[in-house]
Amino acid sequence: MATARSAEGSTSSDSGGEGVRRRDFLNVAAVSFAGVGAVATLGPLIVQMSPSQDVLAMATTEIDISKVEVGQRIKALWRKQPVFVAHLTPKEIAEANAVPVSSLRDPQSLSERTKPGKENWLIVVGVCTHLGCIPLGTGEGENKGPYGGWFCPCHGSQYDTAARIRQGPAPRNLAVPDYQFTSPTTVTVGAKG
Amino acid sequence: MSFSWARPYEPKHPLMRWLDERLPLPRIVYGAVGGGYPVPRNLNYWWNFGFTAAMFLAIQIVTGIVLAMHYYATADGAFNSVNQLIMRDVNAGWLLRYAHMNGASFFFIAVYIHIFRGLYYGSYKAPRELVWMLGLVIYLLMMATAFMGYVLPWGQMSYWGAQVITGFFSAFPVVGEPIRVWLLGGYAPDQAALTRFFSLHYLLPFVIAAVVILHIWALHIPGSGNPTGVDVKDERDTLPFHPFYTAKDGWFVGLLLLIYAIVTFFAPNYLGHADNYIPANPLATPAEIVPEWYFWPFYAILRSFTFDFILPAKLWGVLAMFSSILLLFFLPWLDKSPVRSGSYRPVFKRFFWLLVIDIVLLGWAGGGAPTPFRNAIGQICAAYYFLHFLVILPLISAFETPLPLPRSITDSVLHGEEAESAPAGPKPRRTKTATAVVE
Repeated sequence: MATARSAEGSTSSDSGGEGVRRRDFLNVAAVSFAGVGAVATLGPLIVQMSPSQDVLAMATTEIDISKVEVGQRIKALWRKQPVFVAHLTPKEIAEANAVPVSSLRDPQSLSERTKPGKENWLIVVGVCTHLGCIPLGTGEGENKGPYGGWFCPCHGSQYDTAARIRQGPAPRNLAVPDYQFTSPTTVTVGAKG
Repeated sequence: MSFSWARPYEPKHPLMRWLDERLPLPRIVYGAVGGGYPVPRNLNYWWNFGFTAAMFLAIQIVTGIVLAMHYYATADGAFNSVNQLIMRDVNAGWLLRYAHMNGASFFFIAVYIHIFRGLYYGSYKAPRELVWMLGLVIYLLMMATAFMGYVLPWGQMSYWGAQVITGFFSAFPVVGEPIRVWLLGGYAPDQAALTRFFSLHYLLPFVIAAVVILHIWALHIPGSGNPTGVDVKDERDTLPFHPFYTAKDGWFVGLLLLIYAIVTFFAPNYLGHADNYIPANPLATPAEIVPEWYFWPFYAILRSFTFDFILPAKLWGVLAMFSSILLLFFLPWLDKSPVRSGSYRPVFKRFFWLLVIDIVLLGWAGGGAPTPFRNAIGQICAAYYFLHFLVILPLISAFETPLPLPRSITDSVLHGEEAESAPAGPKPRRTKTATAVVE
């Protein structure tokens, strides 16, 4: 203890002359080491909040579409979120294709939002891109909004028959998830294809 | 806080001055664990365990809050939420749970060393009686918290621990059984008990933290004790807490964290009991049921009463167990010797180590299956425990002739290392150091 005091004011044995003192070096090294350790400890405390592997393993859902008739829309559950599957009528397809893509807020054509040869199957995540409510229009007799697609009851976003945003606060079209037709009557949502 | 030469807090940065005039929180921290708290210069390593205990409390609170994010307090889901969800599914959940499990043990290790330090160096004596008593309150709260935490995984040991410990209350005549049923919210541990234990297990650590603040506050009125037990006389006897004791505590905490990490990573279940990995079964008690190691001495006292004597044996056991801790509250008045430090009390010192051996033996007796031999050792040690505090200690303080105390802390330090560690008065200086120089 006594040496600690005298070392502070002197430039004697344990000092490196004009440069960095040994004591300062040890101090900086020790505190830095402790700091790195403390930061490393934060790792587990942070990653424990991330989705665990079993939650990530729920990332695909198989949907049987054999019972969905023309003009019918169903909801399925994917990652605890609704997925809308709409079997479009020729009229709905025609309405969607009649809109000039460049006039849209989020310009996308129907064919860009469906699989080639399967233009009558529209599959979108049923979460409004504004603030996450579920738009009406899938269930029988629900309000489909003025564009015949979906209507979000929370803040009045209106989607057309291709589930593209037409009016209201939502910034983007209803998202198209990764999916593939694993058979003519089965769709696997979440699988790239 | 305590001494006139304590360095005052003088913020240099204008922002800190602005803050100090409105909310002098940095001033309080500076006075408590900064350069503004003068500490005796001669503290040895036994004085490091208070800081260490505080760190383990912090570790327990942080890991506990995180574990509560994933734990289900339901009789159906608790076991799986711990053993499947947390141990396998949650990212780093196994680490957090093992850290919490072993953190409890290390918290107790630190606190036990801290308590024995206090016993040896007379830290309970005036003017620090309240520091000692608040410490005992912390200890009791820790025991309650640890017990309730051990129930939460809802394994066999959890369940039967809850059954046995709430059973203590049924020892009291007339009101005992209704109290037990009220505590459990049923006739046996079930959903109601589990949910309330979880709620209290979350609450009590914050109560502990609050009492820790009172403990430190009460300590800082007279200031820290020291290995000589001699009061601080002037500025030469002290060093500012920062940087001297922050550095010493800092590296020592690093050492203990290293041991803690070794146990957590390489022997995480060494201090636990395998039966707690079997889901709770209300129809079968494990063949060998023992509490966690830190309760073993008390468990031995509990079962050392095997015969009825005026009162039923069961009630004696429970009363003895509770009073073994409660009598420590009276320690400042049981030991009336004016000399604080055991280093200057030759008779006390011998009996202190005998008490340590006695408590270790009690732990051995409480930690195993009850055989006649083990019970006999437990009974002798339990009797000696009470004998030590109620008879031996008062007698020693009345008849013992203590060794001469150093005139001051500085005086004891400046004798050199040998005189400081073996303070039997001034010894003739050996020529060892001189010859070393010559060589």
